[in-house]
Amino acid sequence: MEKILEVENLHVTFSTYGGTVKAVRGVNFYLNKGETLAIVGESGCGKSVTSNAIMRLIPDPPGKISNGRILFKGQDLTRIGEKRMRSIRGVDISMIFQDPMTALNPTLTIGTQLMEGLRDHYKVSAQEAKKKALEMMTLVGIPNPEERLKQYPHQFSGGMRQRIVIAIALICEPELLIADEPTTALDVTIQAQILELFEKIQEATGVSIILITHDLGVVAKIADRIAVMYAGKIIETGTKRDIFYRPEHPYTKGLLHSVPRLDVKGDLIPINGTPPDLFSPPKGCAFTARCPFAMEVCDKVYPKESKLTDTHRVDCWLQDERAEQLMATTALK
Amino acid sequence: MKATEEMQPTSYQSEIPDEWFTRKKIDIDAAEVVSRPSLSYWQDAWRRLKQNKMAMLGLAFLILLAVMATVGPIFSPYGVNVQNLPNQYQPPSQEHWFGTDNAGRDVFTRTWYGARISLFVGLVAALIDVTIGIIWGGISGYKGGRTDSIMMRIIEILYGIPSLLVTILLLVVLGPSLLTIIIALTITGWVGMARIVRGQVLQIKNYEHVLASKSFGAKSSRIIRRNLLPNTMGPIIVQMTLSVPTAIFAEAFLSFIGLGIQAPFASWGVMANDALGAITSGYWWTLFFPAFFISFTMFAFNVLGDGLQDGLDPKLRK
Amino acid sequence: MLRYILKRLLIMIVTLWIIITVTFVLMISIPGSPFNSEGSSNATVQANLEKHYNLNEPYHIQYLLYLKSIVTLDLGPSIKQPNQTVNDLLGRGFPISFELGIITVAVAIVSGITLGIIAALRHNGIIDYLAMGLAVLGISIPNFILATLLIQKIAVDWELLPVATWSSPAHMILPILALATGPMAIIARLTRSTMLEVLTQDYIKMARAKGLSPWKITIKHALRNALMPVVTIMGTLLASILTGTFVIEKIFAIPGMGKYFVESINQRDYPVIMGTTVFYSAFLIFMLFLVDIAYGILDPRIKVHKRGGE
Repeated sequence: MEKILEVENLHVTFSTYGGTVKAVRGVNFYLNKGETLAIVGESGCGKSVTSNAIMRLIPDPPGKISNGRILFKGQDLTRIGEKRMRSIRGVDISMIFQDPMTALNPTLTIGTQLMEGLRDHYKVSAQEAKKKALEMMTLVGIPNPEERLKQYPHQFSGGMRQRIVIAIALICEPELLIADEPTTALDVTIQAQILELFEKIQEATGVSIILITHDLGVVAKIADRIAVMYAGKIIETGTKRDIFYRPEHPYTKGLLHSVPRLDVKGDLIPINGTPPDLFSPPKGCAFTARCPFAMEVCDKVYPKESKLTDTHRVDCWLQDERAEQLMATTALK
Repeated sequence: MKATEEMQPTSYQSEIPDEWFTRKKIDIDAAEVVSRPSLSYWQDAWRRLKQNKMAMLGLAFLILLAVMATVGPIFSPYGVNVQNLPNQYQPPSQEHWFGTDNAGRDVFTRTWYGARISLFVGLVAALIDVTIGIIWGGISGYKGGRTDSIMMRIIEILYGIPSLLVTILLLVVLGPSLLTIIIALTITGWVGMARIVRGQVLQIKNYEHVLASKSFGAKSSRIIRRNLLPNTMGPIIVQMTLSVPTAIFAEAFLSFIGLGIQAPFASWGVMANDALGAITSGYWWTLFFPAFFISFTMFAFNVLGDGLQDGLDPKLRK
Repeated sequence: MLRYILKRLLIMIVTLWIIITVTFVLMISIPGSPFNSEGSSNATVQANLEKHYNLNEPYHIQYLLYLKSIVTLDLGPSIKQPNQTVNDLLGRGFPISFELGIITVAVAIVSGITLGIIAALRHNGIIDYLAMGLAVLGISIPNFILATLLIQKIAVDWELLPVATWSSPAHMILPILALATGPMAIIARLTRSTMLEVLTQDYIKMARAKGLSPWKITIKHALRNALMPVVTIMGTLLASILTGTFVIEKIFAIPGMGKYFVESINQRDYPVIMGTTVFYSAFLIFMLFLVDIAYGILDPRIKVHKRGGE
């Protein structure tokens, strides 16, 4: 399958007055054409920073892509000029933000905001732009598009606004869509509608999607593959089946256990503690302090990546055979 | 980090001694420890204010000014209004540190008396503004509904009144004195404060801790005192530091157009106005000292206000 | 929008009415009669006054007739200058003051906004610190002190520009500079701070994600939103520029209304003081009204909305 995006060893740092925050610490993943990859993790784990890095929207200063490559269709986005990057943003790669209430400019009409990217990049006539805009609004399911085009954001509901934001992201027909928590700010019923819209769009346009979320319900619905992020690293990655049915990393297991399910009996098990301070991330595995299976080695050395199957990878010392023996002899209380 | 991850698995594995594969005692509490010391709101604000060098400079200047306004005249053998015509327009010297003015009065002495007047007018006017503004804005924002809309309508009407013009009119009619100047300055000055307080109260009224107090059946007065006021203090303090220089400026301005405080008082504005005729003759010191102190006091209040604004804004906590 | 305008219009009229009434009450409460004290022994003046203010009628009739005279734009005679009315003085002085004021406003807005944008875009850079340092100074130095300094240095010591009066463009530079610096500094600071806040908004990030040029993002997306607060303080700024003309005209000997006004204050020429106060208040309130309308046009969210506040 053709890889549309490959991220290799990405490091992003932020310099603050208290020191340097290592927000993303060597992230590797890829995305195939037409598939949906979900990046999952709790807030502050670096998933949004990763997506902003792909768009090159990290505010610099204080942020900086300090190492690594981002290959979009073979082209390293970390090495191209800002002007070239601008011609990619919105055209080849688009982004959807978390809160539709703040993502639209309150003083400009929906039509202006919808068409400006198209007009800027392709220099199309006002009429053509309007035709395309109406087409997009119909695609994302907004009734009376002709009339709505002249209205301002405050005249739309949250769900409708998110549809507009999606239409804006798609109007130049990008090949890659990055959705940063696209449903978090919405009501549950609206969430489902927006997720269905994503599926519909992918079917219609073949766009590849990176979905940033902390919500495993969202992931279960539309992701093909999943990358689990913790403290600036991807600690486990695999297909949806791999992650949901054969999770290996204790953190992934913890995440799955802390989601309420109707089909499985038993208590919810929360993950105790909080993620580490990324000013001085631990040398070893960052989850050690919260991990019920923690061993002495975990603190000292970061585990290497274990390839469980073609698709399923995990960074955990429990994959070492000596750990297996240990776990077998001393059962967990 | 990259090096560790990409090392060859075999050699990498063998480097890890077997004894490291033992269970680690989990210390959940350690995972909960927050790595930074926690500071109260005011401690944190003070810490950030201290980092702002300009604001600290302003604060230091104002403290010095207040001290000098209190004790400054003691160092001088001259009275504030003692005229000595043969001695007029003496440049700064051993006897007269800031020189003398058109009537031979000692500028050094008059400067500190002027500081008293300016600071007094500024602080009292600001205090009155704050008091009325908090009461009006607090009630308006807290009660809401009809009360709010009537009170806000009144504010909107008052807001349109050009305050300095009304002040001039009042002073012309009542005759300029310390009291009338303060009355004239506060008569419309509180409107801005009332609007700020109301805005804050409206915002905070719906916060959860306030709703919680309400649900416990706390009385309105208690909620206003315990919940609303402490949370509105930041913007109020900032507005206050900015309304003091406004009042100082207004007093100087009024003195300058001939509506200033009359003898035996000396204000900076009166001194500047007296000096205006002499400036082109080269008697620079008569204007320089009052002008410098007016400007630097306003500067000090402005930078302090800016510093407080940054310091007291909870959103800026890092 | 129409409802909004009507509401503002109504508030404007009430404000004006309050000012006129206050003026009247102050006038009749002046100890003794304001019109024959201070040695206005001139018989013509006295006759004019009595005719205009109907001093022989009871107060409530005086009040109504006073209201009527203002509504018909007749502001009454002067005490100190026989055969001159307030209207005459305004006719002569106001155009000059208006010219001074309007140029000052234009200079302050254009330079203030430009400075504010540059400072925001170079946030925490040298240009930012420099611009904001200048702005704090500009706010701190009262215009009458700045004016005196400018005359002393630029006009007297260096002889670069004329000292006083209002007879050529060269004469206008110093007064405008003295008057515009304060408002410019306020606008620059406000523009900078709101611009910085707006630049962190999601819709700016969204505009960047669309691949728009920084120029377009600044002008089309950021500036418009950043200017809202600037528009709201325009009323206050206009008032301060207007009162600023009093001292500036006095210092630069510009024959505008401000100079006459300060003279009338010093001479206690009560009818001129009151007439001018009413006229200037009406002028300012009308400007405030225009500002409100402009705000309503700039911000589509305002339909029947309160000014400022929440």
